[in-house]
Amino acid sequence: MRLSRFRERAMQGVFFLTAITSIAAVVIICIFLFCNGVPAMAEIGFFDFVGGQKWAPTNVPASYGIFNMIIASIYVTAGAIVIGVPIGILTAVFLARFCPAPLYKILKPATELLAGIPSIVYGFFGLMVIVPFIRENFGGNGSSWLAASIVLGIMILPTIIGVSESAIRAVPESYYEGALALGATKERSVFKTILPASKSGVLAGVVLGIGRALGETMAVVLIAGNQVQIPNALTDGLRTLTANIVLEMGYSTGLHRQALIATGVVLFVFILLITLSMQAIKSRSEKNG
Amino acid sequence: MEKFAIDNMNLYYGKFHALKNVNLHMEQNKITAFIGPSGCGKSTLLKSLNRMNDLVEGCKITGEIKLDGEDIYGNMDVNILRKRVGMVFQKANPFPMSVYDNIAFGPRTHGIKNKKELDRIVEESLRDAAIWDELKDRLKKSALGLSGGQQQRLCIARALAIKPEVLLMDEATSALDPISTGKIEELCLKLKDNYTIIMVTHNMQQALRISDNTAFFLLGEMVEYNSTDAIFSAPQDKRTEEYITGRFG
Repeated sequence: MRLSRFRERAMQGVFFLTAITSIAAVVIICIFLFCNGVPAMAEIGFFDFVGGQKWAPTNVPASYGIFNMIIASIYVTAGAIVIGVPIGILTAVFLARFCPAPLYKILKPATELLAGIPSIVYGFFGLMVIVPFIRENFGGNGSSWLAASIVLGIMILPTIIGVSESAIRAVPESYYEGALALGATKERSVFKTILPASKSGVLAGVVLGIGRALGETMAVVLIAGNQVQIPNALTDGLRTLTANIVLEMGYSTGLHRQALIATGVVLFVFILLITLSMQAIKSRSEKNG
Repeated sequence: MEKFAIDNMNLYYGKFHALKNVNLHMEQNKITAFIGPSGCGKSTLLKSLNRMNDLVEGCKITGEIKLDGEDIYGNMDVNILRKRVGMVFQKANPFPMSVYDNIAFGPRTHGIKNKKELDRIVEESLRDAAIWDELKDRLKKSALGLSGGQQQRLCIARALAIKPEVLLMDEATSALDPISTGKIEELCLKLKDNYTIIMVTHNMQQALRISDNTAFFLLGEMVEYNSTDAIFSAPQDKRTEEYITGRFG
């Protein structure tokens, strides 16, 4: 009796420790980022840092403006949404409601495999296939906003498909039957009753995908061109916040290094906003039943 | 006048013989009730009448079901069939949208886009389902916020909005309180002037109260079909008598 109680206590301790570990990781990352990043922002000046258009950390005097890269990150993510969201949602609809069982057995693992491919491989694929394709068909040198958006659009597919598909499957069958019984076609029943009913879950998938696109680094570095500029055309190159960090972290020192960490802070705030909006979507959908 | 004619109909779910040689002719502007213990096939038969059984994998039907003399498993477009034969489900299933959009869903499906026309249909359908006074100020509110009884009458209104000829009701009151049930029964009696109603019910009192004709099913067989008065006062088959006097089921 006493032994089993001791065991229970011990296991409780283990669970508590494991839970604390992940929370501690988040807290420590926060502390690290803000302790290193915020002083740099203060030194550069918050508005000069976030709103400055000139990034020249090795000049004398140096400039640390990341505005162009903030815009670039937003542009690339927006492009990925335009490409990935329609394909992802329609694929999820197909998998959940239209796919014949034998085909599903192939398609479902295939979309899951997409999630397992390392991002560097996506980068290589972009570099070898998409960049030359853009260079030959649309001009420019190929490494561009468009190339990055296409690859990111593909990379966010598994997230959007997976989350959306389970959201669509969670919709009560009675909506579908109700629509059919009114003489609606299968397509109309799915798109006018099931999909709208699953919209908060689908939206959650999209938001998760946005988070992934915003944070993606390796693939983007290889194919985006990395010029610090606001692109005027889809074929222009750009440099995202993540690319900026990974490109310069290796050789930076002093304020330059701190400015890169501060770039990480800005990225972190973006991700935080996305996570919060996701929580808001979730709690709203729970309220609506 | 005859509305539905079922002749030599057999239905199989895979190997399971769910309905055995059913012959049943149902009259227009009457309420026909299907009664019988659970699993006797009465809901299955009801769902064959608007081909909702098509959704069930491995479901096979032989024999004939005719609506106004036309074979519904023949060349008839299934979406047209379901427009002519509306259905109300056991569990109220309003769509997660506003009351207005719920009612307008069917008419929109069948091509009505004019706002004035839709407004008219929504009001008329809700009035026909005797729920207009309760809902007229809540047309833009979500239908999921209504009470169970209101939801079910909303579903009846939704079915009426596409002007069906026949209304199928699959134990439509079994999940409702007695007051809501009473309202829906009253509604059925009113609706039969314009519609043919076929209902499945577990509640024999309900069949007795509102139906004109009753069919009794047992283990996939239609045991007896007659006017409701005759079934309940002088059943011909011993099994019918045993069921309605409560000896089993």
